[in-house]
Amino acid sequence: MPTLDLKKVRPYGDTLDDGMVQFSLTLPVPFGEEAQEAARRWALESGFQDPKVVHAHDLGEGFCFFVLYARSLVSIDFTEIEIPKLTHERLDKSEIENRIRTLLGRKLVVVGACIESDAHTVGIDAIMNMKGYNGHKGLESYHEIDAFNLGAQVPCEELVAKAHEVSADAILISQVVTQKDLHLRNLTRMVELLELEGLREHFLLIAGGPRINYELAKELGYDAGFGPDTYAEDVASFVLDRILIQK
Amino acid sequence: MTRPYIQNKLNLDPDLITRARILAKDIVGQITPFILSHSTVSVERTVLRLLGIHGVNPEGIPLPNIVIDHSKEHHLLEEGAARILAKACLHLKSEPQTLAEGLAHDEITFETLSDFPEDQIRKKAFELAQPAVEQIRQQRQAREHSVSKLSEGPEPYLYAIVATGNIYEDVVQARAAARQGADIIAVIRSTGQSLLDYVPEGPTSEGFGGTFATQENFRIMREALDEVGQELGRYIRLTNYCSGLCMPEIAAMGALERLDVMLNDSMYGIIFRDINMQRTFIDQYFSRLINGFAGIIINTGEDNYLTTADAMEAAHTVLASNFINEQFAFLSGLPEEQQGLGHAMEINPEVPDAFLYEIAQAQLIREVFPRSPIKYMPPTKYMTGDIFRGHVQDALFNVASVLTGQSIHLLGMLTEAIHTPFMQDRFLSLESAKLIFKTMGHFPEEMTFVAGGKVQQRAQATLQEAISMLEEIQKGGLFKALEQGMFADISRKPTSGRGLDGVFAKSPHYLNPFLTLLASDHFAVSETARIPLKEGDLDANA
Repeated sequence: MPTLDLKKVRPYGDTLDDGMVQFSLTLPVPFGEEAQEAARRWALESGFQDPKVVHAHDLGEGFCFFVLYARSLVSIDFTEIEIPKLTHERLDKSEIENRIRTLLGRKLVVVGACIESDAHTVGIDAIMNMKGYNGHKGLESYHEIDAFNLGAQVPCEELVAKAHEVSADAILISQVVTQKDLHLRNLTRMVELLELEGLREHFLLIAGGPRINYELAKELGYDAGFGPDTYAEDVASFVLDRILIQK
Repeated sequence: MTRPYIQNKLNLDPDLITRARILAKDIVGQITPFILSHSTVSVERTVLRLLGIHGVNPEGIPLPNIVIDHSKEHHLLEEGAARILAKACLHLKSEPQTLAEGLAHDEITFETLSDFPEDQIRKKAFELAQPAVEQIRQQRQAREHSVSKLSEGPEPYLYAIVATGNIYEDVVQARAAARQGADIIAVIRSTGQSLLDYVPEGPTSEGFGGTFATQENFRIMREALDEVGQELGRYIRLTNYCSGLCMPEIAAMGALERLDVMLNDSMYGIIFRDINMQRTFIDQYFSRLINGFAGIIINTGEDNYLTTADAMEAAHTVLASNFINEQFAFLSGLPEEQQGLGHAMEINPEVPDAFLYEIAQAQLIREVFPRSPIKYMPPTKYMTGDIFRGHVQDALFNVASVLTGQSIHLLGMLTEAIHTPFMQDRFLSLESAKLIFKTMGHFPEEMTFVAGGKVQQRAQATLQEAISMLEEIQKGGLFKALEQGMFADISRKPTSGRGLDGVFAKSPHYLNPFLTLLASDHFAVSETARIPLKEGDLDANA
């Protein structure tokens, strides 16, 4: 029985190192045997071994859908992977409230919005609204936090003005729509605006959304980024941690 | 399923349903005088579009906007765009489009036109209005003809979305979806269009999260669906959005180009797009008048309430809003058969017996609105990115839909929360729905609910809570209810939000021939919705 070598990791189907992967994809070719062969060759050309087309279906209008299995000989070195991560301690709601009271001695102020064209408030609402999400109460429910959720399609200028007005500790920006990398443009616009106004250092700047992670957010010039499975206490813990360090 | 739905599987008390309708009618009645005595810039631009004014100036500003801005600047708008144009046509012996072009080139002004005898102006306005009314009537007849000649497939109608941003790419995807079994194609709008106070012009190939709603895009997609529908022997319905700041303008465009379904809901715009409530209730009245006359099914957006509020706790808000939306539709003469009231399957699947509660909710909406082509929305809030789990959640949704006799079934996508649907996502979703509908088609006929069981209890409790909510709204008024955040936990003020500056009080000389010509007096309100409303009804039931 082979043993796992973390320096050479491959996909696992049902046997170590078999390299098995599953695909579903569409090709813009009419249905038929040629289409199946096209799918098989595409997988081969992509570097996969022994591709098998297990299902093909006519989508109409000259398109064809396939399910394929293939093997990959490519392996990666798991031991050399380093992902930048948040280093703060993750606290629960009551402990966050307690530390704001005892260590900060004033309310924590947070503003948030879906900026520019994005109209999808489900993310910012999950973090900020009273009710929160999945049993995790939102920032508005925190006694020690003044939370201002400006909602959808808020221009960057308006959000910055609000943050300035209420002397926010942190600005939360949610971006859900990612088509044509719209979220990256919007997020970048926010950073540029803050820098232009000379306000970047005044606020913790935090991005959130289904396609956002810490690494991407850092790259864009944000202090942090939160992806799926994030709740209000994750964000509040981070903000409080940084604000206490600055204090 | 065939409408009207005649079963009472939930053992609902018909008197309670009547009481809810009386309350909703009163709630709408409270703001009706305001709605009828006011107009908006978008209503007047709609009048211009219906009078045949189209196109843009060299800067790309639509001519209807130019004419309305000019009229507003010179304080003429209070009399209505139709009066202004009729007068100008009589004076300058010209046609609306020529006049609008002249105005755009600063060659003429409407400022200094002296008055004409009232009967001549009225006659001219009605004469100018006639061609659009005729075209809309013909489009309605063309639809009815196609539906009877081809077929429209059984309910639930499978409703698929295309959203590439490019109308020509949308056409390819829409035609493929129709071939795969979709009955209705919705072209999602570019994100943010609801906040534009003008309608873009011409065919468009750039958009974000969707494709701009333009009259030319409507025409292109209509033609494509007619063609593929002919081939398939099924009438393929086309959906777009007349919501947001240009609600009535887009309704007019859709009526002229034979769209079949229109998202059309002020409540949604107020709550989720921060559109001013005064503005949008006035706009909605005129847009539903157009939709009613054009035979277009409207869809309302109550399903969205549950994306921000909790579906277990807030289910009654959906029903209460459905009742109100029904009365808003009646106000415009839009019959139940065209009221695609929206609701959704959004209970957290981790809640034990979540599916039973979803069934209770869906069956409740079905039984309360037996004639309406109610629209059932798939899970979105608890879709995770795990496409395999998502496909199972959507399969449960498909089962709930067929068991409860839903009419318009918006397909759930296994890739919800990841990206706008791939062509294959739509295919997999259609396959799942077709398989489930086929294998379970007659299941509802074999199914009753246990008397006093979980499903009946849940449905009855939701109805009761909806009535309590309607009672509260009726006391303080709808504006107040929206201010208190009674829907979707979001609060909006009557004087805040977008578009209030476009609202004005009609002068005593206000003229809009379409209010008369599009009034759908030939649509009788059916028995189920007819409320035996007498003096003191509310008190007697209270």
